[in-house]
Amino acid sequence: MKLKQLEGYLGDVAVFRDPKVQLEQYPTTAHLASRVLYTAEATYGDIADKAVVDLGCGCGVLSVAAAMMGASSVAGVDVDGDALEIARENIEAFELQDSVELVRGDLCVAAEGGLVLNRDLLGRMRGRFDTAVLNPPFGTKPGNKGIDVLFLQAACAMATGAVYSLHKSSTREYLIKKAASWGFRCEVLAELRFDVPMMYKFHKKKSVDVEVDLLRLTPVTAGAA
Amino acid sequence: MRLITHNMLKCHVKNCNDPDKQFPLRFKDAQLEQIEAERNDEFLVRMLPRIEWSALATTATELGIELPKEVPKVPADDDAFMQALHTAIMEMHVKGGSMVCNGCGHEYKITKGIPNMLLAEHEI
Repeated sequence: MKLKQLEGYLGDVAVFRDPKVQLEQYPTTAHLASRVLYTAEATYGDIADKAVVDLGCGCGVLSVAAAMMGASSVAGVDVDGDALEIARENIEAFELQDSVELVRGDLCVAAEGGLVLNRDLLGRMRGRFDTAVLNPPFGTKPGNKGIDVLFLQAACAMATGAVYSLHKSSTREYLIKKAASWGFRCEVLAELRFDVPMMYKFHKKKSVDVEVDLLRLTPVTAGAA
Repeated sequence: MRLITHNMLKCHVKNCNDPDKQFPLRFKDAQLEQIEAERNDEFLVRMLPRIEWSALATTATELGIELPKEVPKVPADDDAFMQALHTAIMEMHVKGGSMVCNGCGHEYKITKGIPNMLLAEHEI
């Protein structure tokens, strides 16, 4: 499938009906989603015939894109039932029930001193997937501090091959260091613009461009996570 | 939800710590639906070592899905095994019902095919 074709299809993926500010629900645009999955497959062969996990899948645009690029099996995980209902509708509309499934679960839990990984839930998910794709919450809301890093860490634990993740460019150096501490190499594949439309009352402008990096993380040695 | 995913879900209720009981979760009132999928042997062989086989075998028996008890020495050469594996982990979907922990009895509901692994605050 060509990039333009993928982006065209993804333009029809339904997005949040009633976005929740605390969960930092901004839809991943067709433009971004198509570039993430197209690059992962066309450049690295990380999608076709692979087991893919989509963390914080929201309405499922990355999951749908992964299935369209030929993933054998895709699991989308999200905490929000309303978003998952839309994801389920999207999967049905694109007739991808044969390869995409959804799980409602919490990757992070509150602890003293902030959020931590939900290790009890993640325990048996380690190394079960080939590839992880994610557009995590950026962690800019109170109580969400560090959630972007925790999502990325969970993804690294689950995928044996590669992790593709979108992050604010301002966090780049920090994430590269973090990845190294988990035994992962982190490359910046692209600098993109995330067009965040006016969705919430606190948004004063019609839309804001946020600079994001498309990161690709791979274990330095097999089984590092 | 398919069994490939069920095979990685365990009970995570606070103080539910017996590894032999919190996994695999036992299905209750499971509504099954088979959705045909393309069989990919290379994929299945790659997934095999990642699957907790005894848990999968137990669950398949529970649901009445045919699956050999043991993995053959060279799985890829055994067409009947590969077909059974494909059907069991890639084609059978649990659309409704729930998953119950054999340790603490917590019930994880499955709605429209989506298992809900969220816990109430006091259970975390």
